[in-house]
Amino acid sequence: MSAVVNPLQRRAQADPAALMSRTISDASLRKQYRLDQLFRHATRFFAFLVLALLAGILISLLVGSLSSIRTFGFGFFASAEWNPVTEQFGALVPIVGTLTTSAIALLIGIPVSFGIALFLTELSPKWLRRPLGTAVELLAAIPSIIYGMWGLFVFAPVFATHVQPIIKSTLGSIPVIGTLFKGPPMGIGVLTAGIILAIMVIPFIASVMRDVFEIVPAVLKESAYALGSTTWEVVWHVVLPYTKVGVVGGIMLGLGRALGETMAVTFVIGNAHRLSASLMEPGNSIASALANEFTEAVGDLYLSALIELGLVLFFITFVVLALSKLLLLRLARREGRMT
Amino acid sequence: MYFSGFCERFAVLLIAVGLASHTALAVDITGAGATFPYPIYAKWAEAYKAKTGNNLNYQSIGSGGGIRQIQNKTVDFGASDMPLKLEELEKSGLLQFPTVVGGDVPVVNLPGIKPGEIKLTGPVLADIYLGKIKKWNDPVLTSLNPGVKLPDQDITVVHRSDGSGTTFIWVNYLSKVSPEWKDKVGEGTSVNWPAGVGGKGNEGVASYVQRIAGAIGYVEYAYALQNKLTYTLIQNRDGNFVAPNIETFKAAAAGAQWDKAPGMYLILTDQSGKNSWPISGATFILVYKSQDRPDRAKEVLKFFDWAYADGDKLAMDLDYVPLPDSVVKLIQASWKNQIKDASGKSVW
Repeated sequence: MSAVVNPLQRRAQADPAALMSRTISDASLRKQYRLDQLFRHATRFFAFLVLALLAGILISLLVGSLSSIRTFGFGFFASAEWNPVTEQFGALVPIVGTLTTSAIALLIGIPVSFGIALFLTELSPKWLRRPLGTAVELLAAIPSIIYGMWGLFVFAPVFATHVQPIIKSTLGSIPVIGTLFKGPPMGIGVLTAGIILAIMVIPFIASVMRDVFEIVPAVLKESAYALGSTTWEVVWHVVLPYTKVGVVGGIMLGLGRALGETMAVTFVIGNAHRLSASLMEPGNSIASALANEFTEAVGDLYLSALIELGLVLFFITFVVLALSKLLLLRLARREGRMT
Repeated sequence: MYFSGFCERFAVLLIAVGLASHTALAVDITGAGATFPYPIYAKWAEAYKAKTGNNLNYQSIGSGGGIRQIQNKTVDFGASDMPLKLEELEKSGLLQFPTVVGGDVPVVNLPGIKPGEIKLTGPVLADIYLGKIKKWNDPVLTSLNPGVKLPDQDITVVHRSDGSGTTFIWVNYLSKVSPEWKDKVGEGTSVNWPAGVGGKGNEGVASYVQRIAGAIGYVEYAYALQNKLTYTLIQNRDGNFVAPNIETFKAAAAGAQWDKAPGMYLILTDQSGKNSWPISGATFILVYKSQDRPDRAKEVLKFFDWAYADGDKLAMDLDYVPLPDSVVKLIQASWKNQIKDASGKSVW
């Protein structure tokens, strides 16, 4: 079943006359064959090793959280109480915090990244493309704890004194949306964490978007221009559909980073285990709760509840990936049917 | 042929190393746990190594981690800011004893207020942390502080987001002075805070307090001192408003009755004494009572014996309060009586 045919056999069946003119010796052919086999086995081993590691992590998370699963059951996901003293744990606050901060990050990050990618590929002068592209990629290289420190020491005070009052007086006075912006302007909270996360995911989404926008064949775009389309129409109807796989992939990359981001979030989210309708109030995220409480968790149930939180994050990431694949499948099915 | 040659050589090397380690003079003892005393344990370890050549390896992974490690017997001693109760000690067969004393200091961020200008009492602190007192110019606060201009500002409560002995001492004090706090929240290294934001570590709490106007938080005494934070006075059990300094901490430690505490489970909050700082606490070491490696246990005890005798100045340099001599004698008596090897002979 080896796909690699033993060259010695093939050579034996080959034209004897051609044999005379061969310069590669039998021994070296044998060696090459063995190297090929080794290479195949090694790469197969590495691939399965990754799968085994994934399975191992999943199993150890499951085993660790068994005690918490047995104690709380499904109520774990509905309860907002996190009380280490009475040992009542509920994951609602960290889950909501994780999803909210990631949603804010994407809400701000996707349009901005799209704008950056669009500018870099279509609108900017040629001499500006490389330096601007490098600058955006440099943002991705900044360690997340630096973002956290910058967020706490620079961004939060500026946000509290200059931006939050404006938000509260404008958006805060609209009847329904206003509840999202109640609370004293502390500078830290779910909204700040979401904005810092947006700044962190923009370089990832923007680089991927720019790379896929660049590989759109010029002939497609030029045909559209020739038919009289505006730049916007070309981008929306030609470039984006062509690159949707890459774009969705880039967004999922950014979302993955936003969901798991720990240090930057824990500095600015306020770490309060309370559910609140307002984005200006402090909240908590799964990664932040784990980073804060894991080392000092006294008691098996506390530890088990934290491990179950980790398992929940694992599943959220998995679900998000599955949804993105579904989205791509659905978009692919519409190809060719609509113009 | 090549393999067996290599195996033989490797085996010889291993045996040589094994023999060499048996004849080595330096002993390595390992400990893990609380983060609060890490600076002083590190300092003591350095000085001890310079004096005797023995190495102490201490990992500050947190009190919970320290308790777990000693229960798994992966370290020679565990360290915990929160003492274990007698039942837990008996269940695991551990002995606990205190090493140094520290405490918590409330710090505030109010414009124009100098350190030591604001007076607070225990019940008032509990009400602030319960979220019942919401503004700085609340009548309760203004009546405690006549002559101080308290602004009409929201109080932002800052607490620890991570579990810690600092938190334990704080909530233990609040539980002692406020029945409502004891009922609603309770005590532990990590609790369900009714109000406020959480900062990670003393640094996190301090930076939140410094950045949010009208904030109040709690930090370790050493931290407040070294970072010159605006602390407040607290009314102690005897009714006096005291400031946090080495004298008031020593007074709290002196007044404590360690001999009456079963398993040395004693938390120094709310101690009587006219000069006592009400929010103090000691940090504890956990060792096994029945030692299967008595030589290592003896090395651990020798280290702490040296620290009690010669380490006081180092502790005070780092703003920790050393234990009074009477308590040290009590601890050494407990070593003699309770730590035994497999044959029942006392290790110390």
